[in-house]
Amino acid sequence: MEWIQQLINGISLGSIYALIALGYTMVYGIIKLINFAHGDVFMVGSFIGFYSITVFGLGFFPALIISMTACALFGVIIERIAYKRLRNATRIAALITAIGVSLLIEYGVIYIRGAQPEAYPDVFSNRSFEIFGAQISSQSILILSVSIVLMILLQFIVHKTKTGKAMRAVSHDTEAAKLMGINVDNTISATFAIGSALAGAAGVIFGVYYTKIDPLMGVIPGVKAFVAAVLGGIGIIPGAMVGGLVLGVVETIVSALGFSLWRDAAAFIILILILIFRPSGIFGKNTREKV
Amino acid sequence: MKKSKQFWPFMIAAVVVYAVVQLLISNGMMNQFYSNTLIFIAINIILAVSLHLVIGITGQFSIGHAGFLAVGAYISAILTMKLHLPFIVAILVGGIVAALAGLIVGIPSLRLKGDYLAIATLGFAEIIRIVFLNIDAVGGAAGMQVSHLTTWTYAFVCLVITLIVIVNFTNSRHGIASISVRENEIAADAMGINTTYYKVIAFAIGSFFAGVAGALYSHNFYIIQPSQFGFLKSFDILIFVVLGGLGSLSGAVLSAILLTVVSTYLQGYPETRMIIYSLVLILVMLYRPKGLMGTMEITDYFKLWRTPKGGGQHGK
Repeated sequence: MEWIQQLINGISLGSIYALIALGYTMVYGIIKLINFAHGDVFMVGSFIGFYSITVFGLGFFPALIISMTACALFGVIIERIAYKRLRNATRIAALITAIGVSLLIEYGVIYIRGAQPEAYPDVFSNRSFEIFGAQISSQSILILSVSIVLMILLQFIVHKTKTGKAMRAVSHDTEAAKLMGINVDNTISATFAIGSALAGAAGVIFGVYYTKIDPLMGVIPGVKAFVAAVLGGIGIIPGAMVGGLVLGVVETIVSALGFSLWRDAAAFIILILILIFRPSGIFGKNTREKV
Repeated sequence: MKKSKQFWPFMIAAVVVYAVVQLLISNGMMNQFYSNTLIFIAINIILAVSLHLVIGITGQFSIGHAGFLAVGAYISAILTMKLHLPFIVAILVGGIVAALAGLIVGIPSLRLKGDYLAIATLGFAEIIRIVFLNIDAVGGAAGMQVSHLTTWTYAFVCLVITLIVIVNFTNSRHGIASISVRENEIAADAMGINTTYYKVIAFAIGSFFAGVAGALYSHNFYIIQPSQFGFLKSFDILIFVVLGGLGSLSGAVLSAILLTVVSTYLQGYPETRMIIYSLVLILVMLYRPKGLMGTMEITDYFKLWRTPKGGGQHGK
């Protein structure tokens, strides 16, 4: 029953990717910007969770909520300071700024607290169950349920609330949304807040699951989450979830087959294949470029 | 650079600079530290100018230039260390293999635009790095020992050849076609320009010189490791081009010189260096999104002085 075990590991990893990918895909859907700093918001969230557990002695859920709130604020600050001026700039200028913000956060954190890694405290008594002969830890069940609850919450916000409606309208047509009296700036900020909160949650979950965090941990999961977003069709929320899970499972399978050093390459090969053969992603529709 | 008017002054200046530095080195008046810094500046200028051709002239946003640097570095190191070929052959073959890698990467990924191209090149660079990481013959993660062969002469000659080729390419028919791709790809296509062809050509030439720089780079340090060619290295090259001005050759050269000197002095404080780099990048993009010099060249400023009313030519 080795493969059930691997599948569950893959889904746990994939749900972390999915949570990060949601932020990418929402921001891309609304302002067409690859927010490179998103992976670093994830890292900051992880550290906030770490400090609230170790320094303030909080439990997992309070730490999760604090981290999500702080990251939401952080995301909005990044957007207001760095990205807001770039609304009408070229795509390359926006992308370069995002790379700059990403590096600034990484090395800012290293400057403040040093580059050494931290070991995440054990917040759960780690029991494992046997289902169909596979060992399933209580941690991975908890991680899965937290991610699923967050994703359902996100679907609710996007489809049932006024903010969600505004977000969908702005991503569909910013000018028309403006004419309809939607406050575009606030809607974009709300998108950043929600996306960053999800990244913060992913950070805490990542820390609990993998137990080791460091200031550069956001780079690789960040890029892979972007791959997941592209895989599912960028700008499409269910696409990001599916893309994240697929990527997580594929990576785990590649490692399980004994090619663990090639694991990172697998994600990029998927990315390149998707970009070449189906650039709009699994769920995307083909759009024609207008002159 | 107009060939007829500026070629010979440029060559004379190059020979003078070369002779002065070589004299100082052979006299022992310039110590190892300074001559190494100068070699490093030359390598960085080659890298900056080769990426300038891809980003600044053709407008294709590639953030995986370190991958081609890695190809050149490893291939040339294998040639000199394992096959015991002369260094000059290693430089050439390193460049050619990097150009081939550029073709392989470029043909599929240059169909993409903007953000997607950036991510695809980043992905390819990572794949190249992971491939070298997994080949035991080149030492894997521990790296490969390379003897020190790069001298000021090699670095400077490669630099001058790179500059001449890139300037001539820019001013040729091909270069002007590439600029039209940068300005408006759809319009260029409509005018009958084979945009894919020019994008791939520019990418391959850029990769060739990145490979040459890689050969010089690997033989300037005593060891090469896959971790030296990660995303941060691509970013280092990118900032030369962005700071100098997207589309300005002399801007790329000047910012490569400036930033190499700055980072040499900040070597002991890598975090501070990265914070300064990233702040510079953000501030330049927010307040001067075309880079410090835009598409102007240094020679355009001379013309501005002479004819105050006229204004400079763009892109020359």
